[in-house]
Amino acid sequence: MNPTLTIATPEAVMFWFMAPLAVFAALGMLLVKKAVHSAILLAWVMITLAFFYIAQGALFLGIVQVVVYTGAVMMLFLFILMLVGVDSSDSLTETIRGLRPIAITAALGFGGLMVSLIGRATLGREPVGLEAANAGGNVQGLAQLLFSTYVWPFEVVSALLITAALGAMVLAHHQRTVERPSQREQAVNRFRTGSLASAAGLPGPGVFARHNAVDVPALLPDGSAAPTSISATLKARGDVLDSSAYQLDNVDTTVIEEK
Amino acid sequence: MNPYNYLYVAAILFTIGAVGVVVRRNAIVVFMCVELMLNASNLTLTTFSRINGDLNGQVVAFFTMVIAACEVVVGLAIIVTIFRSRRSSSIDDASLLKR
Amino acid sequence: MVTTNGLVFLIALPLFGALSLLLLGRRADKWGHVLATLLSASSFGVGLFQLSEMLGRATADRPITQKLFSWISVGSFNVDASLLLDQLSICFVLLITGVGTLIHIYSIAYMSHDHDRRRFFAYLNLFIAAMLLLVLGDSYLNLYVGWEGVGLASYLLIGFWNQKPAYATAAKKAFVMNRIGDMGLSFAIMIAFAAFGTVTFSGVAEHAHHASSTTMTALGIMLLVAAVGKSAQFPLQAWLGDAMAGPTPVSALIHAATMVTAGVYLIVRSNFVFDAAPIAQLLVVIVGAITLMFGALVGTAKDDIKKALAASTMSQIGYMILGAGLGPAGYAFAIMHLLTHGFFKAGMFLGAGSVMHGMNDEVNMRKYGNLRKFMPITFITFGLGYLAIIGVPPFAGFYSKDMIIETAFNAGGVKGIILGSTALLGAAITAFYMSRVVILTFTTKERWDDGEHPHESPFLMWLPMAILAIGSVSTGYLFSRGDALKNWLAPLFTEHGEHTELLEPAVVSGLALLMVAIGVAIALFKYQFGEVTKATPEDVSIFTRFARRDLGQDAFNEAVFMRPGQQLTSLLVKADESVVDGAVRGVGQMALGSGFALRKIQTGFARSYAALILIGAVTLIAAIWVITQ
Repeated sequence: MNPTLTIATPEAVMFWFMAPLAVFAALGMLLVKKAVHSAILLAWVMITLAFFYIAQGALFLGIVQVVVYTGAVMMLFLFILMLVGVDSSDSLTETIRGLRPIAITAALGFGGLMVSLIGRATLGREPVGLEAANAGGNVQGLAQLLFSTYVWPFEVVSALLITAALGAMVLAHHQRTVERPSQREQAVNRFRTGSLASAAGLPGPGVFARHNAVDVPALLPDGSAAPTSISATLKARGDVLDSSAYQLDNVDTTVIEEK
Repeated sequence: MNPYNYLYVAAILFTIGAVGVVVRRNAIVVFMCVELMLNASNLTLTTFSRINGDLNGQVVAFFTMVIAACEVVVGLAIIVTIFRSRRSSSIDDASLLKR
Repeated sequence: MVTTNGLVFLIALPLFGALSLLLLGRRADKWGHVLATLLSASSFGVGLFQLSEMLGRATADRPITQKLFSWISVGSFNVDASLLLDQLSICFVLLITGVGTLIHIYSIAYMSHDHDRRRFFAYLNLFIAAMLLLVLGDSYLNLYVGWEGVGLASYLLIGFWNQKPAYATAAKKAFVMNRIGDMGLSFAIMIAFAAFGTVTFSGVAEHAHHASSTTMTALGIMLLVAAVGKSAQFPLQAWLGDAMAGPTPVSALIHAATMVTAGVYLIVRSNFVFDAAPIAQLLVVIVGAITLMFGALVGTAKDDIKKALAASTMSQIGYMILGAGLGPAGYAFAIMHLLTHGFFKAGMFLGAGSVMHGMNDEVNMRKYGNLRKFMPITFITFGLGYLAIIGVPPFAGFYSKDMIIETAFNAGGVKGIILGSTALLGAAITAFYMSRVVILTFTTKERWDDGEHPHESPFLMWLPMAILAIGSVSTGYLFSRGDALKNWLAPLFTEHGEHTELLEPAVVSGLALLMVAIGVAIALFKYQFGEVTKATPEDVSIFTRFARRDLGQDAFNEAVFMRPGQQLTSLLVKADESVVDGAVRGVGQMALGSGFALRKIQTGFARSYAALILIGAVTLIAAIWVITQ
């Protein structure tokens, strides 16, 4: 068909360069093992599509694609991936019998049929191009349509957004079955447990140390050596020195004044 | 080069998204394939708006984006909830409705 | 024709008795039998009144009708429920109500120890009402109602003591074999309506003159089938012997005097049909002749007194059918024999009942003997009936039976000679076995079981027997004096005019008496002067054995009809279960099976569901692709 729309060569070049890339990216998204890689590849596809939108004169839509879709939606995906498990990857073997061949056959059939349908479809008109529609600017033109013909769907969709947000809050809400323990209860529970660690927290390293040598053990408040202050290997070899030599009252604490 | 080439690309992307929904087992990747399908249909709409010379296609594509965003929000919230109780993000594990 | 309003009472009185006794139940136990007898007697009174009225009228005015109501009115098929009383019907009316009332009186005493006596009388009244409807109906359809009614009453009465399964089975057997005959009557009604558009006797008689001979032959054959079923003629005769399971008054009323004669009534009433269908008439005489010999042969070997009398009934009705099949010359003599037979056979059955009553309900004649000394009245009444049946002058049977034999010979040609000789031979055998019965029961030495005390029956039992004995003596002479009955019935039949006389009447009578004497002599020689054993002798000739088994009638019926019928039934049951039920169950199994198969789709995996959605989408796109080609 000979369109009255003339497509400039730069656009053609861009198309023939970006479209195969997008297709390969999509295939890659399908085939890679790690989910994060799939997310990145999908983001690439979306950016390519933004290119296409802007090339076709849908300027507003292209920016929205980048900001909303790639920026918000894909980031949301990545957050959830990190929550769920970044390392999670699918095994390659298929557990449901026969699903993979069926899927591939169906997909090939679907794609082939669609392509051939598009190939012989005629819209009954020639491609026109968006110069006239974009005369007052793409945003103005969209606004013109959005707030006159499509105002009702617009309002409904905004209600939908609010509902979706509420729904997400409800789903993420963690229902308490027992009362939240108060501060006092939490403190009491902490001291009820056996180990010191939950009560007051463990002391930072070096608080009970007598010497900074690795084979001199730290002393606990009651005078006994802390078992965790010496490496297990040294303990096994018996290379543990006695800390009493480094007691504070053995240390010369005279002050030499410097003139 | 005619605008219909964009339609071919959209069809191919849609098909790849459909296969992905069926074949992949990770719930989040399945979701991403659904997003791919939605994007392909957006491309189709934009191309048709260019062919027809009016902006209706773009408006509809805009709405599609909004709805896709809502869907992603709710769907991912569901996946997180399931993951919290099952500690697994594979779709095949949610098969209690089998016969 | 004169119309009147009084005929309905003939039927209404006994019908009222039956209904009230059945509906009132146990409350009527004390007086139910008296009411029933009174109603039957009053019906007889109405009959007598009608006879006196009829005698006073001119011949052409004698038939009277009464229309009760318009019964069926569908399109061109119009049947009224109407009653017709003419010279033929009045004979039957008086026979039914008269002998019926006598048997009611007898039953008061005979059934006095029975707990269900009231029900018995209700059924007796029902029978009287139905039989009257049969003979008073003015169309084949009205006759059919009474026909079915007597069949029902017979079933109820044969199986009266239905605690015994054998009796209930006998009742069933009678009903089923009657039913086969009823099919013939139904077909006859259908043929009459299809060919003539009317089923009244007068209507069919009008059309009979110009109807095709095939129609009339078909009609005649169907009527013959009906008569054969109801009158226990060959080949539907097997039920009469088993019907003796009912109480003896039932055997006397139904299976001797009235119901079994309904077939003869039907044939005589349809004389216009048979006169126009010679082939059917030939079949009628053949059936009569065969049954005559069949009954006589069976009667010679029976030791049960009731079964011997039943075989004798079968044989005598064969005589009547033979007479009715001989055309206008024989109709009147058939009816005469019917009427006289009603008297002496009923009397003999009542006598048998009396003997059984005195001998503690024993029926085996080999255990009787010398009852003449202990039951003199019974002996005299039974003896008079016996003399009547074998045809000793001047008793009733002499006149009626001899006329039939004579008419048979006068039928002409080979047919006449065969029929006449058969009738004569039958007379000899009849004399033989009836003498056997009398000798074994009354005149030989005692062969009783221990503890038997034979005694005479009470007044209410021997009074009817005496009245019937008087009838046996006198009615023959009365009916034939000056051709009284023949002239009385003559207006109903169309004479053909031709009369051949093969033999002189005196020669026929002489031959008949000779046959009778031979039969009596053989019986005397064998039983009175010979040895009679108490136990049934086993080493007898093959003919005796065959006759004891009713000439193989039950074996034949079983082999030809019953077993194939049973196999057909079981086959159909199996077919119903496997094919019909199988189909229904198969539908259910199919639903279940497809459910099982479809359940496998519910794997629970979201991905397989997604795959199915994808396949659905592909199918849709493919459809669009194909459509937009």
